[in-house]
Order: sequence, then C-alpha cells, then structure tokens
Amino acid sequence: MNELVFFINNVVIAGSVTGSIYAIGAIGVTLIFSIMRFAHFAHADMMTFGAFMVLLLTTLFPAAGASIGVPTALIMLPLAMVLTAALAVGIDKAFYKPLRAHGVKPIVLVIGSLGVTLMLQGLIRLFSGTGGQSLYVDDRKEIFRLALPFEGVRAPIVITEPQLYLFVITLVAVVALHIFLNRSRLGKAMRAMSDNPELAQASGINTNTIVAVTWVIAGGLAAIAGTLLSLDVTFKPDLSFFLLLPIFAAAIVGGVGHPYGAIAGGFVVGFAETLAVFNWNVLLRPFRDSLPAWLELPSNLAFVGTEYKIVVPFFILVAILVWRPTGLFKGKVI
Amino acid sequence: MSNSTETRDPTYTPRDATPARRFPVREVVLFGALLGAILAVYALMGAAYSTRMLVEAACYAILALGLTIQWGYAGQFNAGVMGFVALGGFCAMLFSVPVNDAFWGTELPGELGRVLLYGVAAIFLVVGASRLDRLGVPKKLRTLITIVLALVLYLVIISQLREVTSQIQSQAGFVGGFGLPAWVGWIVGGALAGGVGYFIGHVCLGLRSDYLAIATLGIAEIIKAFLKNSDWLTRGTATVSPLPWPTPGPAELGFTLSRAVYLSITAVVIAVIFFLLHRAYHAPWGRMIRAIRDNEISAAAMGKDINKRRLEIFVLGCILMGLGGGMLGTFNSLFDPQGYLPLNHTFLVLVMVILGGPGNNLGTIFGAVAVYIIWIMSEPLALFLMQLAVSFGEGAFGWDAPNNMDSRALQARVLVIGMLITLVLRFAPKGLLPEKIAHHG
Repeated sequence: MNELVFFINNVVIAGSVTGSIYAIGAIGVTLIFSIMRFAHFAHADMMTFGAFMVLLLTTLFPAAGASIGVPTALIMLPLAMVLTAALAVGIDKAFYKPLRAHGVKPIVLVIGSLGVTLMLQGLIRLFSGTGGQSLYVDDRKEIFRLALPFEGVRAPIVITEPQLYLFVITLVAVVALHIFLNRSRLGKAMRAMSDNPELAQASGINTNTIVAVTWVIAGGLAAIAGTLLSLDVTFKPDLSFFLLLPIFAAAIVGGVGHPYGAIAGGFVVGFAETLAVFNWNVLLRPFRDSLPAWLELPSNLAFVGTEYKIVVPFFILVAILVWRPTGLFKGKVI
Repeated sequence: MSNSTETRDPTYTPRDATPARRFPVREVVLFGALLGAILAVYALMGAAYSTRMLVEAACYAILALGLTIQWGYAGQFNAGVMGFVALGGFCAMLFSVPVNDAFWGTELPGELGRVLLYGVAAIFLVVGASRLDRLGVPKKLRTLITIVLALVLYLVIISQLREVTSQIQSQAGFVGGFGLPAWVGWIVGGALAGGVGYFIGHVCLGLRSDYLAIATLGIAEIIKAFLKNSDWLTRGTATVSPLPWPTPGPAELGFTLSRAVYLSITAVVIAVIFFLLHRAYHAPWGRMIRAIRDNEISAAAMGKDINKRRLEIFVLGCILMGLGGGMLGTFNSLFDPQGYLPLNHTFLVLVMVILGGPGNNLGTIFGAVAVYIIWIMSEPLALFLMQLAVSFGEGAFGWDAPNNMDSRALQARVLVIGMLITLVLRFAPKGLLPEKIAHHG
C-alpha cells in the first residue's frame, strides 16, 4: 500500500498539476492559432510576465491576503491577469498588427513572436534578476497530509495548498471558457472566425474586436498558468524555452485550433512526463518475492531521468506529427 | 529535374539573366564601413583580441550561411541552430581530444560496445515486430506486441547502459577522444548535424512551416540536455579543455599569429562554401528552390518534388551549421555544454541573417561580421551604461542597487536582440543587402 501512495503522490497528483498548467497554456496557444493562424512563441514568456506581476504586487502589499485567509498571490492574480491581458493587446498592436497588415507569411509572424519573447525575457530578467524567488512573500505554504485509514500504510498522501487552488482555478477557467465560447455572442463570433475568417468578416463580425478579445483571453490564461506554476514551485524567469515545447505539444496533440483538445492534450503531455520519470521499480517491490529468481531488476526502472524530461513532449510531438498530424480531436486548421 | 530537361531543346541551357551592370554602391559603402569598424577595433583593443573576434565572426558567418540557405533560399525557419552548433562542437571535441588510456586500456569499451550491439539488435527486433502483420497477425495485436516489446527492450537496454556509463564515469572519468586531427571532427560534426536535420525535416517539412520551428526549438534543448548530462561522454558540466587545434597553437606562434593562421583556414572554408553556394544559387537547382519558396503550388504543378527538395536544403543548412559549430568549438579550445545558449547560438545567427539579407550570401556574411562586432562590443557598453544608471540612481534618489547588476546588465542585450528582430522584420524585411531577384524576359 505504501507503494500505491507513493504512486499517487508522484504520478496522479504531480501529473494533474503539470497537466493543468500545460492545459491552460495550450488553450491560449490554440486560440491564438485558430484566430491568427500562427504559432505564438511568446506565450511562455507571457506566462512568466503574469507570474512576475503577481510577484511584484505581492512584494508591494505582502499582508493583503492574511485578512481573508488566502495567499496574497491569489488576491493579486486578477490584477495580474488584467495587466498581462493589456500587455498582450499592446504587443499585438505594436508588433503583430503591422506585420499582418503587410500581409506577411505566418512564419514571419512566428519569427516576430520570437523577437517579442526575447524582449520580454530581457525586460523580466533586467528587473527581477536571474535567480528563483518564492511567491509566498509573507505567508506560509500549507501542506496537507492525508493519512489513509488502512492498516500498514505509513506514508500519507501529500497535497499542498497551491495545488488545491490550481485544480479549482483550472476547473473554473475551463467552465468559464466553455460558457463563453458557446453561449456569448463574442464567443460564437470567435468560433465563426476560427472556422472561416472571410465568411465571418462578410457576415458583419468585427475581426479587430475578435483579435483583441483573443489576446485578452490568452493573456489572462497565461497569467493564471504562470502564477499557478510559480506558486507550486518558485518563480523562475528563465523557464520559457522549457515550457514552450510541452505547451505546443499539448496544443498539437489536441488538434490545433481546438480548445477542448488542448485541455486533453495538456493532461496527456503532463501525465506522460510524470509517468516517464517515475521509477517503476517502486511498484514492483511488493511482488519481489514472487518474481522468478533469474529476473534481477535494476534499482532504477524509470524510462528517462528527470534531467531528460523535455525529451517526452518532443517524442509525443514527433509521434503525433508522424501518425496523426491533425491531432487526436481533428483540429480545424493544420 | 533530369526528366524535365530531357524534353527541352538540348542546346538550350537555362541561365539566370545577367543583371544590368551597375556600380555596387551599397555593397561598397557597407563593406567599407565594416572595414573601418574592424580597424577601429584593432586600434582600440589590440591585435590578439581583435583577431580572436574575427575568427569567431568567421565561424558565425558559416552558421549564418547555413541559416540563410534554409530561411533565405527556401523559407524554412530553423529555431534550433544552437543544437546543431552544439553537435558540431561535440564532434570536434570527441575526435580531437587525446586518447584516454584509463578507458581504452580496460574492458569498458567492450562492455559499451556490447550494450550498443544489444541496442541495435533490439531495434531490429522491434522493427521486425512492427512487420508481423505480413505474417497474418491481426494489426491491432501487432501494434500491441510492438509497443510492449519496445518498452520492455528499451528498459532493459537503458538500465544496462546506465550501469556501464556509471562504471566508465567512476573508473575512467570519461570516454576521452580519438586523438585524430580536428578537421575529421568538423566533417563528422557536419554529417551528424545533417543526420539530425534529416530526421527532423522528414517529420516536419511536409506540414505547416510553424511545426518545423517548434520541433527544431525542441531538438536544440534536447541535444543540450543530452550533452550536459552525459558525463561519461562529455564530462558534462566539468567541461573538456584544451581541444587541440589543427594549426600551430599559441604556444608555438604567439596569440596573434596563431589566431591569424586559424583565421586563414576559416576564410578558406568560407570562400569555398560561398563559391559553391553562388554556383548552386544561379544553377537550375537554385531557381527551383526559389520557385518552391515563392509559390509552392505552381512549383508542384511544374512537377517538382517539393518535400524532397525541401529536405535536401534543410539538411544542407544543418550540415553547414554542424561544420561551423565544430570550427567554433575547436577555436574556443573548450567544450562546455552549458555555454550553448539559445541567445548566443540561435537568435544571434538569426539577427545576422535577417539584418544582412536573407538569400543574399554576401549580405549574410556582412551581417555576420557586423552583428558579431556589435555583439562583442555591446558587453562592455552594457556594463558601463548600467554602472552609470546605478551611480545616478544612488546619487539622485539614494537608491540601494542590488549586487547582481552585472548579470542583469548582460540581460539587456537579450532585450536589444529581440527588438532588433522585430524592428528589422517590420521596417527592413529584406535586410541591408536584399536578395537580387533576376527577372527573365
């Protein structure tokens, strides 16, 4: 049983955490892709920017959360979302819109977004330094240990406070997005534009508004993902290139331009990562006595070491591009 | 290509129209300014430093030529130049470093070879299992058997490999080199980079161009992670140095002269590459590549095999990057996997290409040297400006500056590179020396 608890802690909980973060990030990437038809490489740095805004606000007002009983960082999250959304709209106005107006190929927009990612990286590191910092400035990270009511189980299931918030916020964000896309006028217009931009424009949809709304949603979601990631571990300004690959892999696995697919893809990539670095020998340990004698298991049965974690999303990406380039849920555009 | 020429009049050889001769004012002015800048650096920083800068700029010019083939000629965007550069550097290290007797004198090479042989055998087994449907096995069952077999064999091989590599690490330090001349490593590095490029290109080139950018970005980080963590092969973060040069080293000739000799080698390599690329660009092959870039559908309608040509040119670019990476690694005389950064080895090269003129070889070389000089000189400038800002802040507002200002000042260069990319794309999308497009008719 202890082994099972270990499995739950290291795979089920850790996989859901990374999966949720990738999912929220991938939704933003896939929305931008379906409206503007290019892979937005600056997304991971928008996540970092959101987290950095939370860090700044939290250091400014460290005691704001204590009065309500939640971490200050969470109180500051809506404000950071607004700031990141404003940044996203501003970046679009300043850098992507002129390029679109020139009618360049999508790949030039990709290069432009790489330029933007470097600018954001430079700015964030200029102000925050290059080291890691905790978002818990004044308050303490609560850790819950749930002891299981079975005999012989010594290890508890460990879950931290930010992880609980993460699950709740992911759920809220996904439901809100679903309602927005299916019920509201703007959401329906967005879906129309993702299906066929010319037809949408001809039927009187203001494409400029849709583009701005897309950036607002993508920026807000990026701030959520970045903040939750930084709450779970620490705020690091140099994560972006490591986040980009899993997020894009998630978006492509789910079918590009397909928001629900992106959620599924995020969890597929997140769980694949945690399953690949999990040491399977732990699960086989209880059966050690019943295994045949010639079978001598090495102590480390993980598929890849943690230092090679980035290999997992890459091979998922390659596999999906080879066998099913439209993604699991048949993306609309490819 | 060959079948299309057969139907033509055999006396007709297609050739680019000779452009109207005009005095190349722009080229002369730009290269004159570049020469002036180089002379100024020589006057300010001394001959040894400036020659080093020139050699590095020359190595970067090879990388930039590789990228200009991919981006300028064919419109493929490679966001992982760093990975191919690192592969070239690794091969240069592996082939030129002296033989490590602590490794070769023991039974460890045999052990390593045995594990590698097992690996090859396992690959054959898995490939065989994936063909089981030809023997009448149902397809679903075949897929299941293949996946389970692949996972189990992978675990067996990888655990044996871990055992051997940890033994190598504890007994011999690392594998060591082959003790061959450095240029063998450069060639093999180019070939290895080309092989990786073939794999990536094969997967991605038939799809949207964005996918290639994502995949190359990923493979670059993977290559770096592999080189950084395989201590048995590369000594990882402990770094390997010195790497022997193919030319007489500084100990024999002094810094300036030895670097100048190395510079002449790189200059010869660049001249050869430049000549061959120039020929290829104006040959029917080059015209076909540009036709595919500018209008894929009509090129396909003319019977050109688009995916094959694209793969060809992508691999060619990657080979040049591997070669340049090898020359750069040998010159630095140090193999440090952590020294490979996306900023220095991917985005700097990208700026060189798009600023100099994608698709224009001369412009690319100009961009490489000019941007590298600015890049090198921006380091002391950034530190100086930051110092100025800090002292101003302390004097005027009593601001207590954090103590890691130096590392932050260097981050300002990230900002500048990013701004350069976006500004050039917007205001000078063809670069300083635009590609000359010959018009026929």
